[in-house]
Amino acid sequence: MSELVQTFRKEKTKEASRPDFRFRTILPILGVIVALATEILIPAHAKLKYANLPHYRYFLFIALSATILLGIASIFWGSLREKLNYRGAFIGGVFLFLTFLNLVTAKWMLLPQLYFPSIARIFSVFFEDSKLILTCIQSSLTLLVKGILIGFIAGMICGIAVGWSKKANYWIYPLIRILGPIPSSTWTPLALVVFPSAKGAAIFLIAFGVWFQITILTASGIQSVKKAYFEVSSTLGANDLQNLFKIAIPAASPSIFLGFFNATCSSFVALMAAEMIGCKSGLGWYVNWQKTMLSYPNVYAGLIVVAVFCYILVTLQFKVRDKLLSWQEGVVKW
Amino acid sequence: MVKELTTGAITAKNVRKEFLDPNGNQVIALEKVDVDIKPGEFICLIGPSGCGKSTFLRLVAGLIQPTEGNLYLDGEEIKKPSYERGLVFQDPTLFPWLNIYENIAFGLKTRHIFKENKEDVKEFIKLVKLEGFEKALPHHLSGGMAQRAGLARALVNHPKVLLLDEPFGALDAFTRMNMQDELLRIWKERGTTMIMVTHDVDEAVYLSDRIFVMTPRPAKIESIVNVDIGRNATYGRKRDSGDFLQLRSKILQILDYTGKAAADIEYNI
Ligand SMILES: Nc1ncnc2c1ncn2[C@@H]1O[C@H](COP(=O)(O)OP(=O)(O)O)[C@@H](O)[C@H]1O
Ligand SMILES: [Mg+2]
Repeated sequence: MSELVQTFRKEKTKEASRPDFRFRTILPILGVIVALATEILIPAHAKLKYANLPHYRYFLFIALSATILLGIASIFWGSLREKLNYRGAFIGGVFLFLTFLNLVTAKWMLLPQLYFPSIARIFSVFFEDSKLILTCIQSSLTLLVKGILIGFIAGMICGIAVGWSKKANYWIYPLIRILGPIPSSTWTPLALVVFPSAKGAAIFLIAFGVWFQITILTASGIQSVKKAYFEVSSTLGANDLQNLFKIAIPAASPSIFLGFFNATCSSFVALMAAEMIGCKSGLGWYVNWQKTMLSYPNVYAGLIVVAVFCYILVTLQFKVRDKLLSWQEGVVKW
Repeated sequence: MVKELTTGAITAKNVRKEFLDPNGNQVIALEKVDVDIKPGEFICLIGPSGCGKSTFLRLVAGLIQPTEGNLYLDGEEIKKPSYERGLVFQDPTLFPWLNIYENIAFGLKTRHIFKENKEDVKEFIKLVKLEGFEKALPHHLSGGMAQRAGLARALVNHPKVLLLDEPFGALDAFTRMNMQDELLRIWKERGTTMIMVTHDVDEAVYLSDRIFVMTPRPAKIESIVNVDIGRNATYGRKRDSGDFLQLRSKILQILDYTGKAAADIEYNI
């Protein structure tokens, strides 16, 4: 039968993992070797302080063994090989960039040492200051999770109400239109007065931004659900409540997720801003505080941690999204 | 084995439906509908677009209320949608976030009778020949398969009446003919009253006991044609018999399509 020809494919057929070799899988190794050679062979600039810090070297040695191991593993493992082959040039490039940074700072000192410390100096901060940084990560994470959770729940409730009920739409929607676009940092003075602690204020500011995004995209997602879905489900016996929870919300979930993504991205901004105003801990506070102390190695180290922190959270979110929204046709990959 | 059919009678008493168009003007979507549909009857609605076919189905489904008049299922007034009156559109409208099995089980689950009727789901998946596709997502299916899944989803509820709005309109001719036979088989097996909208005269003659021929402006049922042609082994009708062709041209005549088309052809030859 012609229609059966177009059967669905469950998964991509797995490649046979025949040992094979791809050129670009060795680019990371080459990159690390260049970086390592530069670090070891070229002497540091005479005026460089802390010239003997070994952390960057250690890092490169670890990177070398890791890339070599990856390279060997990829000979036997097909899917890893393809991935590494694709990413290889980029990874190699990253190490060349580090080499460049190493040259202009530690080796030739083309930039002022105070503001542009050597890589080794920055890396050493992770060890010297590890305790404080970990507390900061924990503190930031707590604020973020609390803020996002509160904002998400409030946003879902408002979004569903506005999207589902005409009455709620009439009363709440104008309010959202007026309050929502105000950047959450504008609320800082008020938040600091209303909330007894700076942390409370920070949570409020994060939650506020999240609430707005989730509300808007949940409401518009629900409002744009195809009417035919409700008609069919009603004739299958669904009542209003079931139409809401079994049709409207699942159908709107891509839009809700988009709202959640926007929300988490803006919540990072809100978090950093909030921590710089009154908190005595957190990554934003750490970076700001170290800047006022003129310890730029710590500032950079802090920024690296912030970047990794945000990256992990965003990646985690995509993983969840891909799982929950895999039913979408031609899902947009981020 | 002929089942005694006692449920699934639809009565429309002097039904009229008006809408307001975007400019606020009254549009009469349907008027003067006075019909009795017997339990287990197969009815086709045919007519050019805008003559109120979908409006009639929506009224029977309970998705909209008549402006005047009343509709009844087995003597009980139709006030809101119910699983007793299943609905299938041209676009199968499967829920894309559910797989085929979950789509078909949807009605039983919303009615909280899924656990005791799991076997039914299996049976209907078999009936529409979708075994092996339970875990597939709707967008993995071809048009015909998706439409069969939509049918199974409505049928698993054991509706008394199945409302079909141009269900095979988007399918290619061969798939459509296969689906027609499958629908007839289900109809015979289950004794469900079928009310189907089509714009295909052949389809109407092939399938139905009676054909409601509808005309627009004013949108109403112009005439009701009895299809007194014997059914064959697959419960359809011989498509090339004289009776078939005669009835076909009679309907085209009511719709006022034969005259013009035939005259044009004669001239051109
Ligand atoms: N919800 C609606 N609002 C306004 N007009 C409608 C609505 N539904 C149908 N109509 C109008 O009613 C008439 C009949 O529509 P419909 O029943 O969909 O026709 P058919 O299915 O036969 O093509 C058309 O003129 C259409 O524009
Ligand atoms: Mg229609």
